[in-house]
Amino acid sequence: MTVVEPLSAPIELHFDYTRSLGPTLSRFMTGLAGRTVVGGRGSDGTVYVPPLEYDPATGAAITEFVDVADRGEVLSWSWAAEPLPGQPLERPFAWVLVKLDGADTGLLHALDVPSPDAVRTGMRVQARWAAEPAGHIRDIVCFDPETDAATAEPISGLDAVSMMTTPVFLGVQHSASVQETRYLQGLREGRLLGQRCPQCRKVYIPPRGACPVDGVPTEEEVELPDRGTVTTFCIVNVPFLGQRIPPPYVAAYVLLDGADIAFLHLILDCAAEDVRMGMRVEAAWKPREEWEFGLQNITHFRPTGEPDAEYDTFKEHL
Amino acid sequence: MRDVAVVGFAQSRQVRRTTGTTNGVEMLVPLITGALGELGIAKGDIGFWCSGSSDYLAGRAFSFVSAVDATGPVPPINESHVEMDAAWALYEAWIKIQTGDVDTALIYGFGKSSAGNLRRTLALQLDPYVLAPLWPDSIAIAGLQAQLGIDQGKWSEQAMAEVAVRSRRDAETNPNAQLSGSKDVDSLLAEPYLAQPLRRHDCAPVTDGAAVVVLAAEGRARDLAERPAWISGIAHAVDSAHLGARDLTTSPSTVIAAQRAGIDGVELAELYTPFTHQELLLRSELGLGDGVRITPSGGALAGNPMFAGGLVRIGEAARQISDGAAGRVLAHATSGPALQQNLVCVMEGR
Repeated sequence: MTVVEPLSAPIELHFDYTRSLGPTLSRFMTGLAGRTVVGGRGSDGTVYVPPLEYDPATGAAITEFVDVADRGEVLSWSWAAEPLPGQPLERPFAWVLVKLDGADTGLLHALDVPSPDAVRTGMRVQARWAAEPAGHIRDIVCFDPETDAATAEPISGLDAVSMMTTPVFLGVQHSASVQETRYLQGLREGRLLGQRCPQCRKVYIPPRGACPVDGVPTEEEVELPDRGTVTTFCIVNVPFLGQRIPPPYVAAYVLLDGADIAFLHLILDCAAEDVRMGMRVEAAWKPREEWEFGLQNITHFRPTGEPDAEYDTFKEHL
Repeated sequence: MRDVAVVGFAQSRQVRRTTGTTNGVEMLVPLITGALGELGIAKGDIGFWCSGSSDYLAGRAFSFVSAVDATGPVPPINESHVEMDAAWALYEAWIKIQTGDVDTALIYGFGKSSAGNLRRTLALQLDPYVLAPLWPDSIAIAGLQAQLGIDQGKWSEQAMAEVAVRSRRDAETNPNAQLSGSKDVDSLLAEPYLAQPLRRHDCAPVTDGAAVVVLAAEGRARDLAERPAWISGIAHAVDSAHLGARDLTTSPSTVIAAQRAGIDGVELAELYTPFTHQELLLRSELGLGDGVRITPSGGALAGNPMFAGGLVRIGEAARQISDGAAGRVLAHATSGPALQQNLVCVMEGR
């Protein structure tokens, strides 16, 4: 068996999480928007900053809020020698837990100092406020070593902040399995490559790292024709964002001749109402020079005009 | 309560990088086949399947569903999943057996950490309002915890390096370990910091890996294993998600879990400590004296397959029972930042 080097490609995921805050975090974020830090007083008098929604000891809702200072002392620290994307500062900095004056717990944030020699537990620090606070933990840009200078002036009279948006982005190197790699390489050459399970003998396209019946990898390669049978289908009538074809059109499961599993594709070049279970169809390929590693090389399937397949020939695959 | 025992254990090699998919199928197929084969049973003999993994490592939703193919789930099986370390999947399976619905369970965990930037990805397990938007990575948070203990005199960089040396020495006899062998403490302390106060040896490596454990209830266990590792107690607890509200030099949730599980008389403890200072912290919190052998597999510092690492601790500890090397053992699993959530499983030979 030839050794297959699995295909691999980077995926960059981006998503802006929009979160409603609820009464407690709304107080905290509204405070930040006005350059004020708000804590919540627990049942034993502990002032939590940020405020907790529920007392960790008793479970009671925390409803008493108190303003605390925007300066305080470092409870602990660690050094960020090579900041990662999204972290508060792009140059080396210290992560700190800061106990603000008037608070009893540590607030996690960044401290802008040039080297680990410039940070120590117990040192005094003060918030550096964003020029345009918006009601977000990053309204505090970072902390600085404390000076005699005042921090930026609070802003009063703001509307309550009830929502926050946090962009999230992750990079992942996605790898295809050995079986998927053969399938994708086949498509690049205009071929449909399935594989047979060594135990149940079923032919899967795409082939699989584990047959769902037997839990073992498919092995024996089987080249399949680019024609088959519509097993079941639906007519898409609903417009949606990013739709490429004006509705109505048909999405169908196509069972290639010789395969034991159908896959989803489009049925075009005929009226939607003419599509039926058992209809014989063939692949419409893009021009050869546009072939990539993917099923998008087949734009759609279209009727062959052959007589419909008997129900018994595909009833096991519905 | 029904008596339940670990009767089977299989794990992959712990490696820095695999070429396989993030759904773990390539790692899991040989482990599941091997674990069942060793017990002389077929997949139909398994009453319940439960897995632990995270789609955040894969970067795609429902990635764990693809992993189910490795179990051969057609016709349908009785199956569940936790987005946690598979030690918690084992806990769910133990409960399932307690219900009386099933007598056997196969638990698997897997993680391909190499697909992304693990320490950064783990920031997304944090509170999404006031912590995650700052992207504090797992090593940054561990560093805050380590520094607190250093400042309070609870441990030192020297003691942390001694943990690393012991871990890698123990890993020399673990054929699945990613890292083994080591310089001495002085050489380690001469290395530069990775994220002060942590040096590279203080942090678990980034590892791809998977593991499988098979549980069986009384009645079945003795048919399947000569010396089952009977679970005498298992419990888990969680501390606040509010990092700053915790005393990070303690682990109240571990103490609670240990009290519930009953750890008196354990001879050996497999502790899931991805950072050196966390072993020192847990030994102190659990009151494990010099007479208790600590993590003879080398532990997470020698190889840390995410979402399988806790299950590996249970499997390694159980093997000490089945090999006859120990009579009563403790396995610990952790999840979340800075030992936030902890599980304790005590097993014994009978």
